Amino acid sequence: MIRPHDLLRSRPEGLFCPGGGFYIDPVRPVERALITHGHADHARAGHGSVLATRETLDIMRIRYGEGFAGAVQEAQLGETLNMNGVRVTFHPAGHVLGSAQISVETGGTRIVASGDYKRSRDPTCAPFEPIRCDVFITEATFALPVFTHPDAAGEVARLLRSLEQFPERTHIVGAYALGKAQRVIALLREADYDDTIYIHGALEKLCTYYEAAGVSLGPLQAATVEQSDAAPPAGAIIIAPPAAIDDRWSRRFSDPLASFASGWMRIRQRARQRGVELPLIISDHADWTELTATIRDTQAAEVWVTHGREEALVRWCEINGLAARPLHLAGYEDEAE
Amino acid sequence: MERFAELLDRLVLTPSRNGKLRLLTDYFASVPDPDRGFGLAGLTGGLDFPAIKPAMLRTLVEERVDPVLFAYSYDYVGDLAETVSLIWPGEAGRADAPALSEVVERLSRTSRSEAPTVMARLLDGLSPSGRFAAIKLATGGLRVGVSARLAKQALASFGDVEVQEIEELWHGLSPPFTALFAWLEDKGPKPENAAKAPFRPVMLSHAVAEADLPAIEPATYAAEWKWDGIRVQATAEDGVRRLYSRTGDDISGAFPDLMEAMDFEGTLDGELLVGDPRERTGTFSDLQQRLNRKTVSRAMLANYPVFIRCYDLLASGARDTRALPYTERRELLESFVRELPPDRFDLSPTVSFRSWQELDEKRCNPPHPVIEGVMLKKKDSPYLPGRPKGPWFKWKRDPFTVDAVLMYAQRGHGKRSSFYSDYTFGVWTGPAEDPTLVPVGKAYFGFTDEELRQIDKYVRDNTVERFGPVRSVRADRSHGLVIEVAFEGLARSSRHKSGIAMRFPRISRLRWDKPTHEADRLETLEAMLPTAMAAASGK
Repeated sequence: MIRPHDLLRSRPEGLFCPGGGFYIDPVRPVERALITHGHADHARAGHGSVLATRETLDIMRIRYGEGFAGAVQEAQLGETLNMNGVRVTFHPAGHVLGSAQISVETGGTRIVASGDYKRSRDPTCAPFEPIRCDVFITEATFALPVFTHPDAAGEVARLLRSLEQFPERTHIVGAYALGKAQRVIALLREADYDDTIYIHGALEKLCTYYEAAGVSLGPLQAATVEQSDAAPPAGAIIIAPPAAIDDRWSRRFSDPLASFASGWMRIRQRARQRGVELPLIISDHADWTELTATIRDTQAAEVWVTHGREEALVRWCEINGLAARPLHLAGYEDEAE
Repeated sequence: MERFAELLDRLVLTPSRNGKLRLLTDYFASVPDPDRGFGLAGLTGGLDFPAIKPAMLRTLVEERVDPVLFAYSYDYVGDLAETVSLIWPGEAGRADAPALSEVVERLSRTSRSEAPTVMARLLDGLSPSGRFAAIKLATGGLRVGVSARLAKQALASFGDVEVQEIEELWHGLSPPFTALFAWLEDKGPKPENAAKAPFRPVMLSHAVAEADLPAIEPATYAAEWKWDGIRVQATAEDGVRRLYSRTGDDISGAFPDLMEAMDFEGTLDGELLVGDPRERTGTFSDLQQRLNRKTVSRAMLANYPVFIRCYDLLASGARDTRALPYTERRELLESFVRELPPDRFDLSPTVSFRSWQELDEKRCNPPHPVIEGVMLKKKDSPYLPGRPKGPWFKWKRDPFTVDAVLMYAQRGHGKRSSFYSDYTFGVWTGPAEDPTLVPVGKAYFGFTDEELRQIDKYVRDNTVERFGPVRSVRADRSHGLVIEVAFEGLARSSRHKSGIAMRFPRISRLRWDKPTHEADRLETLEAMLPTAMAAASGK
């Protein structure tokens, strides 16, 4: 059996597979990159070749333009590719549209690099599939036992209640442009909210893409337009990137109420610091319960923990008799959501 | 409980007063008795559970959670109650979660020895948000930015009554306020205030507009000095003694020295001040040593004794005197105060005048630094609750002003978030040929929306450095923005580098025209300092 460290190891460029000659989610341009999902800190432009799911490749094309990589290859979920004798398989990660875990296997040793993932329901992407493996590489964005994400539908219900209570105020919901924004919109539609939802310009292309990929988002309209009669009426819902909610951009709307859909909103002080009046605890990352349950599901004997609060998850593994170590990979935004 | 928890979560993040009022009135309208009444009691500090101690929570949680993981979490969250509420193991929010009234009942019934078990069982049944609310409720101090005054205002708008009516009833009521809510919903009679020594709504004044004065006949008004302390009502009935703030909050607990001297039957309206009325009257910053304290040390009582300078008499013995005209009440007050201990009570002297011009001169040259203007009271007026227009006026001394230089700007909140709207300003100090700026205060109002936009642009165009939400603005001898700052007074302060603290500073004018080197020096401000308590002379 090959030692896990010989199969995958961290290098300044990112997680490297010497046998297969590729990197997973490299942060610097490399010859051959396997990309788990389209978020900017995982999917960067300028690699020689990129292997990713069709959706991830499409998203990279939308963000970086046609020439984002020298060559591209589409990975089919569940289909195994042989790369210099290393068996590579993409499996759904449930994080955002097109997100995948990458299983790397050779000589009887299997490592699964999860990328970012979650276990809770998301109408905009395929659900996470636990894959049995020897080593599981897990993210740790919300790896503290204080992070337990409530049911997202309940959070959306709070948004709708606030809208009833403050019908004259425009509710501006901060949500990351890729994944979170579309999930919040889809959840609103599931809650029978049929009015036009207004979106910030930064969200337009990705929302259009989600629609084309078969995720129905209902009536959407640009929040900022030239003609004043098409401006969002008082009491509308606007979805915008998080940076816009406390920016002057949001002051143009009727008595704006700042909301933010993020797992960080579990901590009151985080909401207070950002001037958020209505925190919505909706996350595309696994919470503490999901992280620990997933580690068990994979039956991995060893866990490598990356980007986030590594020390707490390593501690949990120790208590539960699993070998664990932090995997220091530079360049990922452990605060990103 | 979950509904109350949600209310607290919303209140703490809602900056606007109107937003808070709406959250409160909606809560009163949608939550049934007795829960809404206990919610009201929780918000107004009317619940006390002495058996529950914060240290107990730590022990409880460490029995259930790995201490290392707890330590990582506490370190990250920064608040013990919040960490415990989030890390507590268990299902989030069960269907059989206890109602607020049940939580209150269980907490109040428990003995100290049973308290840990009772608390743990409560936390087991609640969601994280519910646990947080239960812990804050049990250990006191919700700190959601709702004053008793705001809660009473919400009750008044909920029932469409005057807030004075609520204030007057308040101290005769107790949780869960079922009779109060029945009255506010037109389902029952107005509750009778059966408590001894109730609060009587205070009479307030309007600021006089100087243009109004020629139309008013001076002989129909009496004048008194307006003292710079806090307005209080001292009332004693059948051995029950209470000291109320002007909004009806019971502040007796902080002033045992005064309570002990309240050996009378009746109700006095006056100004709470520090010192001994026969010898010295302390400044407002002296008085601040005594405000908002739960316990008072012996040294505090000796160094900062309080007394009341009496303005009015609302009840004498069993007799309600509020309907009498001012002049008659004043006569009764004079003989009433004569019988009281002279180290704790004295009479606010009247100011004689024949013309507005004469009074204006006296107003501008008051005989004591702790006077902030004059009060005008119509001689034939009864004592009315609230702020009726006409019978009472305040005519304040003009504020002090200083020309200062803008040094730092911070982004504001609420409506002004994203605008640089909080300004730190400084004056010159050091050698005349090479002076430096020292910050002397911070102001965040006094300007129009248009001026705000201008200053915001100025700040963005002249930023030297950034520290999070704060920008430092270019300010030197040849470049910078001079602002005229108005303020009510100055006090020495060891917490500020300049050694002084401004009271109620605000921006009175933007001096785009004025070169920075012509702004004021620190010595100018130091000369305005009132003499401190220790060195104070007679009044």
